[in-house]
Amino acid sequence: MTTEIARVQGALDSAGERARSLQTVYVYEAPVRLWHWVNALLILALCVTGYFIGSPPPSVPGEASANFQMGYIRFVHFAAGQLLIVFFLMRVYWAFVGNKYSRQLFLLPIANKTWWWGMLYEFKWYAFLVRDPKKYIGHNPLAHMAMFSFMVFLVLMMVSGMALYSEGQGIDSWQYTLFGFMFSIFTSQTLHTLHHLGMWAIVVFVIVHIYAAVREDILSRQSMISSIVSGERLFRDDLPD
Amino acid sequence: MGAATETFYSVIRRQGITRRSFHKFCSLTATSLGLGPLAASRIANALETKPRVPVIWMHGLECTCCSESFIRSAHPLVKDAVLSMISLDYDDTIMAAAGHQAEAILDETRAKYKGQYILAVEGNPPLNEGGMFCIDGGKPFVEKLKMMAEDASAIIAWGACASWGCVQAAKPNPTQATPIDKVITNKPIIKVPGCPPIAEVMTGVVTFITTFGRLPELDRQGRPKMFYSQRIHDKCYRRPHFDAGQFVEEWDDDAARKGYCLYKMGCKGPTTYNACSTVRWNGGVSFPIQSGHGCIGCSEDGFWDKGSFYDRLTTINQFGIEKNADQVGMVAAGAVGAAIAAHAAVTAVKRLASKRDDAEHRS
Repeated sequence: MTTEIARVQGALDSAGERARSLQTVYVYEAPVRLWHWVNALLILALCVTGYFIGSPPPSVPGEASANFQMGYIRFVHFAAGQLLIVFFLMRVYWAFVGNKYSRQLFLLPIANKTWWWGMLYEFKWYAFLVRDPKKYIGHNPLAHMAMFSFMVFLVLMMVSGMALYSEGQGIDSWQYTLFGFMFSIFTSQTLHTLHHLGMWAIVVFVIVHIYAAVREDILSRQSMISSIVSGERLFRDDLPD
Repeated sequence: MGAATETFYSVIRRQGITRRSFHKFCSLTATSLGLGPLAASRIANALETKPRVPVIWMHGLECTCCSESFIRSAHPLVKDAVLSMISLDYDDTIMAAAGHQAEAILDETRAKYKGQYILAVEGNPPLNEGGMFCIDGGKPFVEKLKMMAEDASAIIAWGACASWGCVQAAKPNPTQATPIDKVITNKPIIKVPGCPPIAEVMTGVVTFITTFGRLPELDRQGRPKMFYSQRIHDKCYRRPHFDAGQFVEEWDDDAARKGYCLYKMGCKGPTTYNACSTVRWNGGVSFPIQSGHGCIGCSEDGFWDKGSFYDRLTTINQFGIEKNADQVGMVAAGAVGAAIAAHAAVTAVKRLASKRDDAEHRS
């Protein structure tokens, strides 16, 4: 028995034929993956509750004292928003202590010519001008740029969100002390509108993000969706280019 | 206008208050402020010797609704504010003097109380065409404003006009009406916005300045914190209906009769900083929301240019069309979704074609 087990190594099919061994790299560490999925859930909650804060559902019947519908919607929005910030800060911390791919979201290698060339190449790939995509361990340059932009955007949403939250907390609150400067730039109403437009920008990002992930998962030479679940990036060929 | 040299003490003596009562008042004030035994005589000395604060009240581009509001103040009565607390030396709409006599007071006050008087400005100066859209006493108002601001100790910007610009500064602002703080930059300016501001807020600000001899604490926008630090929404008596999720959906529906929240009717209470829901109007009788109409946000910067008073979501004009955030966002999401569907279709066709090519090459 032991000898039989010893022989059964590597990936086999039922007939015992060995599969080609493919290169995998551990890219997304556990905190990064956890952050990604928590973020996804929180953003979903924020978009739904945010929409309802702008356009509340039909009135509920009964006494005001017996209902708290808007209160709960706003509570979920505020709680999810603050969780988003807490997880974001943990993610920033992980950029310092994690592997080199954990820093990609926050740094653009704008001095790197190869990176710019890769960006152009990715544009061509999406414009159907080249037949095969390149292989990247972390984000490809175009995705890298998109993710970096999204992080900047997310910070703007957090800052504007905290500023709007500080309105309810009062001008003596720490939230107003830290984020009240937004009201030196915008009036309350304008900031509400911008924050609301930001929600739609996030919806657009999510559409593009999911499409690109699914498309790359099917067409590219590396794994995408399973990578953000397991953290392993699998390359489907050993070709050098 | 020699009356301007009167002190607070001489005014209250003339109104029949005895010297004994006056000293009792000073002692009580010193005690209640927790000051030492000498403070009472110091307070008495100050009130006996310091002249009342002279106030110059000027009118630029405005509708005089601030004055109309001010003269209806109940606590304190405007007569107390104007006749005993301050020395209102010049206010061209309500003063007895006219013409050259009135204008002479400006020069007299400027010379006599250099750096001591308060300049209260109702309305704002239009800057276009050299300020020719508002001529006051034969000169552009902006020149008069700059001249009087030069020697003022502080400036009160009454109302939305002086604070933000208001309707005359609404797009496209043909006269280039400009709020006071954009014209006068070297003096402390206290903004008391509103269209008009609440009467008690106006007299309250005046009372504070004359009582304590300094400006009240201001917020980031230069408004007195005591009246403008909370939104209408935060202290609205209909707030429980908002939290419960009970809204007026139509102006004449049952919810309107029950007094539900006017959020969906475009009430600007959630974005407006003012004291209407606490101080209220007409001696505390009512305020817009209590009368069944949403707040229009009249004390906020640029409230004329922020879309309809009756829409919850603000109209956005930047795209050349009048749409709100949801409409713009749905169009954007729809366009991107369609683009992605098209891209996916092209991808699928290309992939099928290349597979066929590969198959042909292999065979």
